[in-house]
Amino acid sequence: MGPGTINTDILTALPEVLLAAGAMGLLLLGAFRPGNVVSTVNWGAAVLLAIAGLAVLTGTTGNVTAFSGAFIVDDFARLLKILALAGTVGALVLSVRFMQIEKIVRFEYSVLLVLAALGMMMMISANDLISLYMGLELQSLALYVVAAIDRNSTRASEAGLKYFVLGALSSGMLLYGCSLIYGFTGSTNFETIARALEGQGMQLGVLFGIVFLLAGLAFKVSAVPFHMWTPDVYEGAPTPVTAFFASAPKIAAMAMFVRVMYGAFPGMSEQWQQIVVFVAIASMGLGAFAAIGQTNIKRLMAYSSIGHMGFALVGLAAGTVGGVRGVIVYLMIYLAMTIGTFACIVSMRRRDGMVEDITDLAGLGRSRPMMALTMAILMFSLAGIPPLAGFFAKFYVFLAAIEAGLYPLAVLGVLASVVGCYYYLRIIKIMYFDEAGAEFEPMARELKLVLGVTAVFVVGFFAYPGPFVAAAGTAAAALF
Amino acid sequence: MYSAIVFLPLLGFLAAGLFGRMLGARNAAYVTSGLLILSAGLSWIAFFFVLAGDVSERVEVMRWLTSGTLVVDWAFRIDTLSVVMLVVVTSVSSLVHVYSIGYMEHDPHQPRFFAYLSLFTFAMLMLVTADNFVQMYFGWEGVGLASYLLIGFWYTRPAANAAAIKAFIVNRVGDFGFALGIFAIFMVFGSVEFDTVFAGAADQAGKTFEFLGYQVDILTLICLLLFMGAMGKSAQFLLHTWLPDAMEGPTPVSALIHAATMVTAGVFLVVRMSPLFEYAPVALVVVIIVGASTAFFAASVALVQNDIKRVIAYSTCSQLGYMFVAAGVGAYQIAIFHLFTHAFFKALLFLGSGAVIHALCDEQDMRKMGGLARKLPRTMILMGIGTIALTGVPLTAGYYSKDAVIEAAYASQNVAAGYAFALLVLAALMTSFYSWRLMFMTFFGRPRASSEVMSHVHEPPMSMFVPLVLLAAGSLFSGMVFAGVFIGEGQGAFWNGAVFAGTDNRILEDMHGLPWWVPWVASVVMLAGLAIAYVFYIRSPHMPVRLAERHVLAYRFLLNKWYFDELYDLIFVRSAKWIGRFLWKKGDGWLIDGFGPDGIASLVQDVASRAVRLQTGYLYHYAFAMLIGVAALVTYYLFRGAGL
Repeated sequence: MGPGTINTDILTALPEVLLAAGAMGLLLLGAFRPGNVVSTVNWGAAVLLAIAGLAVLTGTTGNVTAFSGAFIVDDFARLLKILALAGTVGALVLSVRFMQIEKIVRFEYSVLLVLAALGMMMMISANDLISLYMGLELQSLALYVVAAIDRNSTRASEAGLKYFVLGALSSGMLLYGCSLIYGFTGSTNFETIARALEGQGMQLGVLFGIVFLLAGLAFKVSAVPFHMWTPDVYEGAPTPVTAFFASAPKIAAMAMFVRVMYGAFPGMSEQWQQIVVFVAIASMGLGAFAAIGQTNIKRLMAYSSIGHMGFALVGLAAGTVGGVRGVIVYLMIYLAMTIGTFACIVSMRRRDGMVEDITDLAGLGRSRPMMALTMAILMFSLAGIPPLAGFFAKFYVFLAAIEAGLYPLAVLGVLASVVGCYYYLRIIKIMYFDEAGAEFEPMARELKLVLGVTAVFVVGFFAYPGPFVAAAGTAAAALF
Repeated sequence: MYSAIVFLPLLGFLAAGLFGRMLGARNAAYVTSGLLILSAGLSWIAFFFVLAGDVSERVEVMRWLTSGTLVVDWAFRIDTLSVVMLVVVTSVSSLVHVYSIGYMEHDPHQPRFFAYLSLFTFAMLMLVTADNFVQMYFGWEGVGLASYLLIGFWYTRPAANAAAIKAFIVNRVGDFGFALGIFAIFMVFGSVEFDTVFAGAADQAGKTFEFLGYQVDILTLICLLLFMGAMGKSAQFLLHTWLPDAMEGPTPVSALIHAATMVTAGVFLVVRMSPLFEYAPVALVVVIIVGASTAFFAASVALVQNDIKRVIAYSTCSQLGYMFVAAGVGAYQIAIFHLFTHAFFKALLFLGSGAVIHALCDEQDMRKMGGLARKLPRTMILMGIGTIALTGVPLTAGYYSKDAVIEAAYASQNVAAGYAFALLVLAALMTSFYSWRLMFMTFFGRPRASSEVMSHVHEPPMSMFVPLVLLAAGSLFSGMVFAGVFIGEGQGAFWNGAVFAGTDNRILEDMHGLPWWVPWVASVVMLAGLAIAYVFYIRSPHMPVRLAERHVLAYRFLLNKWYFDELYDLIFVRSAKWIGRFLWKKGDGWLIDGFGPDGIASLVQDVASRAVRLQTGYLYHYAFAMLIGVAALVTYYLFRGAGL
């Protein structure tokens, strides 16, 4: 490998390189520039993420690998990177004012978000178990810190600590799985693994490796039974952080999940499919049932996201191009719905501080009709009521499952979504029909913007689904 | 002309029903009454055409429905029978309309009342002019509906609502049979047109079909089913319970619907179906037995009732029994003749009692009347005319028609004829007694009403008085004038084939060769009844009390109407309510709700609370769950792997 190769490698990974360099630059700026630099760093981070996104769009085309095949850039990677970056930017926008009001003014926050975004992009582009682990850990370490960024809050510290301990456990499992796979196939590169397994039949050792690997991945997408951290962390972390957790990292983890399965183990799809089916059913069921008993809206959203990851996994379980396309469409729509909903939750602020109980939403239909309306639209969409986007998200994955002959899975999924309707509709009922409490403070302008954009997307999706579905289709095709 | 007769009341109904508010109470009453009087006038013209020998005809209005081989028209069958019914219905109805103008003067819902009255009249006319079974059923149900609406006209009274519902439900039982009969007719004859069915009846005589292993005579079955409908509508024995309760409606309604017209629809039905019944001797026996039993039973109950309207209601029930006996022995002409005369004197009695009730500020209990003769002389005379006509004093209407029924029962060769004759004579005795009892208790003796009420007693206004006079005239003279054409020498030409008599049916001729005492027996028992009533209520008024005390069981049995209401309550109402309650509490509440919506909801709640409890907050629980998950998946593959 000559220096020329290195150059091409760096060019291929240009967005990641830019993010890494920029993050370090911002860190230095924050550390050495006297005075209050928080807003400068925030702006810098936003610009940096935007530039990275631009670089993703304008950089490579087609299917390119770099660093001896450890890093891959294809349509799938590009689309999901854009989504992850969009999620990060959205979370950043939700954070700015919140952090000021709650007096958590640390410039490290936005730097950590950028580093997490870097980790996610690595995960999405990982084509090797080593690079996968590297991206995963980079992202996770950033997230552990972000979860506990409000050091003065015991809840936030507890959340960060729990996340860290369980995350370490899951990383351990993941690594153990990786080592087993390496032991049985002699490689860490996905393509080599796939070739090595071709025509070998089922090897129990590899299968064990896959189980452990999947456990680690499932932890990141918070799928049952590796979801336990989610409600506690979502509740304990500051609300914009929760919004971040619920959006971008889920996308990156799901992308990684899909890539590992199709990149490294296409020949064993029959085996891993069973795990995915089980995990999907368990996630949908738990997400539907456990959310009913919640009183805290952030906890409710935690179970909601568990359920939604279950629905997305239905598409993965289908094991077809259509299934993967369904997953991608699902992630797009999920991202919009989640960011929009959290924009509302971040605005649940009274004169004397933040409130998080579902019952605090009572009477919103009268006091803040626009907020209540958009919130209601988002809830209907999350519940999967046509013609809102949430319906199409579910439609594509269930369609793929039916086409793949997974009828029980589709039926259980639909039933779970029926049960899930209950708690979304309950929120709407509380907003419109319950006795009003004290009014909320007015919504910040940037939150209105985020809410507006997501609501328009959710409402308008059914009119112009073409471009989104086509993009998802191209991305999915890149994996096969 | 015939279309006008039928549709003028409909016009009145629409005018008063839809534009009643706009017209105002007075005008609504005048419009409906005027249209009805017009209709009645046309009916009488039609009647005299028929008397003059005008042929029967069929007036087709429009095609109603076509479905496969089922073709139903809106059409009028105009023959002697329907013209007689037209005269009865429109005459009584127009008189009742006029009477109601005075009677309902203080009611706030007059347009609604007159709309219902006109609707009833329209439906009744549809019924009697029907050319096919479906149209007849339309009219049949229409009068049932109007009857329901009018019984419950004072809907704020719980008793009125209960009576309305009772009338409707009991009628449904009969209507069910009627509907089944129509289905059977369509199945057997392939048509619901009267002409086709009657023409084919002779071919079906004696034929049977198999049902659950039994050979059932087709025509007998059809006739019995049709008769079931007739029993319900005409309040015959076992299905009679609704009629006395129907007296909760305004009195003009009782006179029109529950005395003169609707309740006679059953008799009309049997007579109209005479071409079928003539070939179903078994059905005719049933008709006789039911009719005679009703005549006796209802008269016996009327002996001891204290509500003036209930006495007349049971009397109606009893007289309907007479009509059915006449029809059952094959003397259809006599049945219709009695129907015709009965309409006059029974409407007169009802409207007269209405005048009494009106005068006494809505008092209906005869024990609180008495001594009204001086206050209401005109009403008393009119009621007296109704009474002598009902009891059959010679030369009055009832003398011609009722005595003819008794004679026909004697003359008949039917196996049940002897039974019928005995019961009818006894019923005639009781009829005389309870009728005079009513007269004596109401108009004679000491006044039993409070002096305050008595001071307000007044004769009815002109609008109520004139109809009474006209009806009185009908009660006195209709028998004398029309006996000749209805049942006498001219009957063959008059009926002109509108009623059918089988080849063996010579009942009208047989009636001429009766023993000398038979025509007298009715008059004798009539006088006996009068005498007993006189002794009981004028000479020694304490006698009935002592008699009732001595025979307390018999008295209670009669007073409580043979305990039919209690029996039905026990057998049908309670069990129906029990079934309803069972289906509601157990079927719907426990089974469907419990395992359906409620059960699933509570199951979801339960599962949700368990799922929430899984989240303990302890780190080691979480880690444990993850490890368990991995272990479970690995174990699963170990076992599956062994199988691979």
